Amino acid sequence: MTQLIEARDLALSLDGREVLRDVSLSIQPGEIVTIVGPNGSGKSSLLRALIGAIRPSRGTLTRKPGLKIGYVPQKLAIDPTLPITVERFLSLPRPVPREVARAALDRAGAEGLAGRQMTRLSGGQFQRVLLARALLVDPDILMLDEATQGLDQPGAAAFYRRIEDIRRTMGCAIVMVSHDLHVVMAASDRVLCVNGHICCEGAPELVASRPEYQALFGTGTQGALALYRHEHSHSHDHSHDHGHDHAHASQDDQTGPRP
Amino acid sequence: MLDDFLVRAALAGLGVALASAPLGVFVVWRRMSYFGEATAHAAVLGVALALGFSLPMMPAILVTALVMARTVSALSGRGHAMDTLLGVAAHTALAAGLVAVALLPEVRLDPMGYLFGDILAVTRTDLATIWAGAALVLALVCWRWQALLTATLSPDLAYASGLDPRREDLVLTLALAVVVAVAIKVVGVLLIGAMLVIPAAAARPLVRTPEAMAIGAGLVGALAAIGGLGGAFVLDTPAGPTIVCTSAVIFALTLALGQVLSRRPD
Repeated sequence: MTQLIEARDLALSLDGREVLRDVSLSIQPGEIVTIVGPNGSGKSSLLRALIGAIRPSRGTLTRKPGLKIGYVPQKLAIDPTLPITVERFLSLPRPVPREVARAALDRAGAEGLAGRQMTRLSGGQFQRVLLARALLVDPDILMLDEATQGLDQPGAAAFYRRIEDIRRTMGCAIVMVSHDLHVVMAASDRVLCVNGHICCEGAPELVASRPEYQALFGTGTQGALALYRHEHSHSHDHSHDHGHDHAHASQDDQTGPRP
Repeated sequence: MLDDFLVRAALAGLGVALASAPLGVFVVWRRMSYFGEATAHAAVLGVALALGFSLPMMPAILVTALVMARTVSALSGRGHAMDTLLGVAAHTALAAGLVAVALLPEVRLDPMGYLFGDILAVTRTDLATIWAGAALVLALVCWRWQALLTATLSPDLAYASGLDPRREDLVLTLALAVVVAVAIKVVGVLLIGAMLVIPAAAARPLVRTPEAMAIGAGLVGALAAIGGLGGAFVLDTPAGPTIVCTSAVIFALTLALGQVLSRRPD
């Protein structure tokens, strides 16, 4: 099979309640797919089904044999009684050599954090460490669940630019769940709009103009989309691109320590 | 050497400390301390069953502990409030066990030995059982260590890595039942939970990695076992409770030490 994951007529139930039905989708190598939807729409459940954490109640889910998945969860509450350094965390469940761990941290923008305690990281740092861990398996597909929750908009934009960059250099497919519509949609090749089922799907501009989408999110995102496009090209055209990125990185450092 | 009851007691205490440490850290990280209590209390029911039906004691305890642990984890997935459920299960198991022992017509058993342990009466057979159990728990936890740790941090991360966290839960449950079975003679069902939680908690302020915490818990447990036995000998107090008190003192000391250390920059 050429596609990495294929779902056919999938239905998902949580505690006997059906949260998602009639989902058919396939993920192609190297594409960025974003799943958007309101709270409780089943979008996180869909992602968790794709990684194998929820067994479908109906339908079939086929993964390419030997598929390597890098997963960045929505939140990860590490109990304060559990001491663990970033470096140790990266070696779970499979031990990785120190250089490999450092390289993944660099790539995820988490350089210099290796010796820190996980529970002492800020929200942005924590998220980038999770990303580094997901990159360690050299994934065919990277899955991110609300990865920018708790980041401000420039921080989120910087995070998505990093994702695009990772796709370009590592060639992996990327599936993101988000309700960060403004920034996320522009970074995607394809958008799935989910609300108990797939309402509509296609290129970001196309989905944003569909009545099903506008019924859920209104029409206001178009302007923000353009805004992102502007910022985006700005940061690349600008000769101080590097410094620019760092400004973003420091901004998402300011989200404060995790609870 | 094993003829001396104090040497046997010390070796029994060390065996229990060794078995509880690698499991105790998971009990702390996963906030399962009440779960440990419920499983331990069910052992009294196992004692009653063994006496009532003339079954071998150790397997009866092991099986009841296992059944209790599995029942509680199965029920917890069905939307009951876990805390309440464990409270009901833990105390019911204990009470039912004591009632059952009292109802047995031919047995005049003093349940105190099972409730608080009888470490000074440990036989060579007991010692062999304790160390075999400790070896089993250590082997099990070492074998599954990476997977257990991943599943403890996040079940979804485990799934994404191709692991099944439910299998790891089962490993912990099994290890817990074994620890209960071997610790009952040493500290008794009422204080097994303490042997799981206190050494692990005492190690926490001084360590930076999960492995260091498990080893630290083992050291604290061993120190508490030896120190507690010595204390019981000198003060003429019951051994099990004295061991637990000693570990609590170590906990207070490391807590204070941790406060001092944490003032230093990370």
